[in-house]
Amino acid sequence: MNIDPLIVEILQIAVLLIVAPVFTGWIKMVKCWFQGRTSPSLFQPWRDIVKLFSKDVTLAENASWIFRFTPYLVFGISVMAGGIIPILSMDLPLSAMADVIALVALFSIARFFTALAGMDIGTAFGGMGASREMTIASLAEPAMLMAVFAVSLVGKSTSVSQMAIVISQGHSLLRPSLVFALLAFILITLAETGRVPVDNPATHLELTMIHEAMILEYSGRHLALIEWASMMKLFLFAVLGIASFVPWGIPRNGELLSVAVALLVLLFKLAGIGVVLVLIETGLAKMRIFRITEFLGSAFLFATIGMMSYFMLE
Amino acid sequence: MLLSPINVISSSFAVLLLILALTPFLRLNQRLLINVGFFLAAIASFFAAVAGFWSLVNGMTTQVILPIGLPDLPFHLRIDLLSGYFLVVVGLLAFFVSIYSIGYVKGFLGQRSVTHLVVFYVLFLAGMVLVVLADDALFFLIAWEMMAASSYFLVLYEDERVENRRAAFLYLVVAHVGAIAILLSFGVLAGLTTGFSGFQNYTFDAMRAAHLPPELATLAFLLAFFGFSAKAGVIPLHIWLPEAHPVAPSNVSALMSGVMLKTAIYGIVRVVFDLIRVFPWWWGALVLVFGLVSAVMGVLYALMQHDLKRLLAYHSVENIGIILIGIGLSMIFTSFNMSLLAALALIAGLYHTLNHAMFKGLLFMGAGSVLNATHERNMEEMGGLIRFMPWTAVLFLIGCISISALPPFNGFVSEWLTYQAFLLSPALPSPLLNLMIPLGAALLALTSALAAACFVKAFGVTFLGNHRGHHGGHIHEAGWSMRLGMLLAALACLGLGIFPTYMIGWMDPLAEKLVGGKIAASASGLGWMWLTPIAAERASYSAPLAFIGILTVVVVTYLLLHARPGAIRRAPLWNCGFEKVTSRMQYTATSFAMPLRRIFGFLFSIKEHVRQPPSASHPAFPDRIHYHLRVRDRFWTWMYQPVIDASFWLSRRIGRMQQGRIQIYLIYSFVTILVLLIFS
Amino acid sequence: MNVQLASHLNSLLASFILLTAFGLVVQRRMNALLHLFAWQGFFLAVSTAIVGYLGGAHDLYISSILTLAIKVALLPYILHRLIIKLKIHKEVETVVNIPATMLMGIVLVIFSYHLTAPIRELSTLVTRSTLAVALATVMLGFLMMITRKHAVTQIIGFLAMENGLLFAATSATYGMPLVVELGVALDLLIAAFIFGMFFFHISTTFDSLDVDQMARLKEED
Repeated sequence: MNIDPLIVEILQIAVLLIVAPVFTGWIKMVKCWFQGRTSPSLFQPWRDIVKLFSKDVTLAENASWIFRFTPYLVFGISVMAGGIIPILSMDLPLSAMADVIALVALFSIARFFTALAGMDIGTAFGGMGASREMTIASLAEPAMLMAVFAVSLVGKSTSVSQMAIVISQGHSLLRPSLVFALLAFILITLAETGRVPVDNPATHLELTMIHEAMILEYSGRHLALIEWASMMKLFLFAVLGIASFVPWGIPRNGELLSVAVALLVLLFKLAGIGVVLVLIETGLAKMRIFRITEFLGSAFLFATIGMMSYFMLE
Repeated sequence: MLLSPINVISSSFAVLLLILALTPFLRLNQRLLINVGFFLAAIASFFAAVAGFWSLVNGMTTQVILPIGLPDLPFHLRIDLLSGYFLVVVGLLAFFVSIYSIGYVKGFLGQRSVTHLVVFYVLFLAGMVLVVLADDALFFLIAWEMMAASSYFLVLYEDERVENRRAAFLYLVVAHVGAIAILLSFGVLAGLTTGFSGFQNYTFDAMRAAHLPPELATLAFLLAFFGFSAKAGVIPLHIWLPEAHPVAPSNVSALMSGVMLKTAIYGIVRVVFDLIRVFPWWWGALVLVFGLVSAVMGVLYALMQHDLKRLLAYHSVENIGIILIGIGLSMIFTSFNMSLLAALALIAGLYHTLNHAMFKGLLFMGAGSVLNATHERNMEEMGGLIRFMPWTAVLFLIGCISISALPPFNGFVSEWLTYQAFLLSPALPSPLLNLMIPLGAALLALTSALAAACFVKAFGVTFLGNHRGHHGGHIHEAGWSMRLGMLLAALACLGLGIFPTYMIGWMDPLAEKLVGGKIAASASGLGWMWLTPIAAERASYSAPLAFIGILTVVVVTYLLLHARPGAIRRAPLWNCGFEKVTSRMQYTATSFAMPLRRIFGFLFSIKEHVRQPPSASHPAFPDRIHYHLRVRDRFWTWMYQPVIDASFWLSRRIGRMQQGRIQIYLIYSFVTILVLLIFS
Repeated sequence: MNVQLASHLNSLLASFILLTAFGLVVQRRMNALLHLFAWQGFFLAVSTAIVGYLGGAHDLYISSILTLAIKVALLPYILHRLIIKLKIHKEVETVVNIPATMLMGIVLVIFSYHLTAPIRELSTLVTRSTLAVALATVMLGFLMMITRKHAVTQIIGFLAMENGLLFAATSATYGMPLVVELGVALDLLIAAFIFGMFFFHISTTFDSLDVDQMARLKEED
């Protein structure tokens, strides 16, 4: 029985909204197990978001409309990005709206406004967070584009659904270009979503904050929306990686049974990704900010080797 | 037919002449002069844009031979698809800027006379329109010179300051070096057709018809590229741009950055795609390399600036680089006869031309409003202006978002098309190009990310936060005409971003004429809402849907989840508990750019010096700290200083001829007569 | 294991060899350099075995085992003992900074791809596409020797070049005759011993293995 693509789209966004905080909770759980601590519940991030929603909003006296507008914009863009990437099905009405380059640009606009909101209040923390965030973003962009280039050479397209279709049809899993593009993509994800070794999401020390520094002045439901959006961003990068590199399990059309199976396969893959992420985070220490150049330089190198391998070896 | 593009453009000129005629009568009442002059200039620009659009959309070409000109060498005028497109670029921005000028120039009333500002503005507009319409080498160069000379006088408008005079002089010198190269290039092209023995073939038609041997065609191309690059501000010939654009009045800066640089692009496209037409692939690679270098270095220079208008001027260098990237790719594809991809790359480059005119004009107009209100160009003295100038802030923000190539505005569309052209380059048959071109794509990605960083800095430091300077008077919002000009430009940015398929449909005949490929049919293959160059499965982007989607989701989120007014509390800022925050504790423009300065600083010569004089009270707690930062352009010491030194050395040597004694001069005349008699 | 899968695996190993070659150029820490060199030898050994399977040249299996023994086990062990005995610092300095070296490496790879294009047209072997990677490995080994300031890294660069040559031999002609291989392996061992003796000598003369110190050897006017 075929479900209408629009229903699949709405289902997908619902999955995004609900599962993203659970994914963050899972990562926290696994990290605590590795470190020998007792972990909070899997649904703790949900409880945090609900708590923030019930609190009052405290705005600085000199906050402008940009400060108030940013949480809604960032949340809205994350939700829209969830409609473009194939999570439960490759046949989505919104997938023609943006290809992977437009997707990266959508994340950029969210980051642009977050940086502006950081500078809006006029504190040193906000300026510092904005400055560092834009620096890391500009170093990650070339690597991201090279990885996109390498994958689009294999998938013969830049549309995410199309790439997923072509790669899931391919017989050889071990093409060097895809392997290297995947390595580059992992490093870029760590940089863009602000995980160790680029940025510690749990810190509040001024010398080590990047993302936290930009959103320091937010409170109440504004903070809830921003926190939810950053959890969704991690989820979206994970799902983008799944769609580009391991898309088996995502059905071509919206058959009810295959969509249900796709959901289960997705949860299984996300669990695996969470474990890999925790291994990386526990194994590496947070880097000095100027070492991030070399980190992202290696990501660029991996992506370039992937692109060159396509021409040289395939 | 009575109404045709050529008639419309003639009426535009008639209006401009009317302004010049009225000026002597109106110059006593300066306010009336401003109102009438710029209003008529707006009308003239509007006519020019209409004429250009008409010619572009209907694919009409009209040629006119003017009765004026040198004896036996009359001037030819031609309005065809390419000149039509550039007339739209020139006319549209000039229309917005003229409306803006009505309010802006009133800021000069009482300080100095605005008569020559109006006169040279009109001449400048006329010069730019004529450059685009000229159909023979002589007329082209005369119009080019008119454009350069009138803009020199406009740059020199506030000439009591020595750095303004110096900047204008530098601009004049570089412009003329470029003009000489262009002249030589046309000479080569014209001379080739007649074997350097006659003058008849100075018209572009004759140059088109001629068959050119490769070496001489290469020489003509290199000379033309050098000459037009000097005007466009391509690195390393960019040195005049950041000096001249900031010192000019802001409406003039908007026109210079937005439109005058584009006439150089027009020149390159005309010479390469229209006059020469057959060329090897390495020409395109050369243009691509210069485009990439300009783009990356331009944005890095811009990041180091704390003068708002200088920052915008360096961004013009960057965007010219991006336009050249599109044109270079198009040249490479054309030399391999891949006309569809060549059309895509050319449309990407030309679309960016129009986009840049729109958002750069908007940004300079915004900077002008800020300058009018605060009398300050230095960003370190600004801050918190969003509370005093809310309209200017919003419109400037739209300009910032557009230039950072973010959806749904227009900058993103042309960059997206350029990326698509890059991503289709694996179809090229040359393996070397296949490996090197993707590196260029990575550099373009670096450029646009750095541009976004730079504009977060520019907007954040200028408009957000608290005011850093010590301003005496109060800061007021810009007048209605200034706001109207900026609003129209912002709407143009939004429109060009949301309706790319229509724009490509209009530009398609131009691409077909120049490179022989059409992409409009495939570009709107899924419908007018989706932009799908080449094929829908290959890549697609729907700007209207993206815009509506973002708007819808934001509004829905707001309606569902916004805080009730009673639940919002205003309080002093949090700042982790440090309450005594002064405006000097904020990040400044210099500090914002510090990480990038550390990382990319090896490209400049940077000297940073921190000095802490001994404190009176206690050695550990300083009273004051001196921080000195000097960032210098390496090209000045490598390229320009040696040339300047060499020319001074040479002129000193030659100056020895001027002894001052009359006997020596009589000897010179006598020797010359003897020589002429011997060799006659 | 069919031919298709084997040649895919060979391509994958070629890309990993290229990765380790880049890693040798940009890596700073001494222990990491030794590990990378060992991994490069391992990938090379496996690749040689696969080429032996593909081309039916069974003496390549012996060559592969030899590579494993010498390049993965023996040489890194010798170098490790040397490092401990000479109390060498754990980090190496470079002549140019790391991102610039990386960019030079990328340019060299593109250059070697361009150079081997005519051979790719003419060759009929399955492994012809890996020849570019082999040449690139040689060049990157040379680049490593140029941009490092330490004597131990010079020998690692030399050994990396030899890895590249062996790889080139297997991709171009399905390997060299076994006698030649044994001779080359023996030469390498002797070279390693001689280098070791030289390091002791340099170290006692200059109290350091930084090759910049050797500039003191030139005549002063």
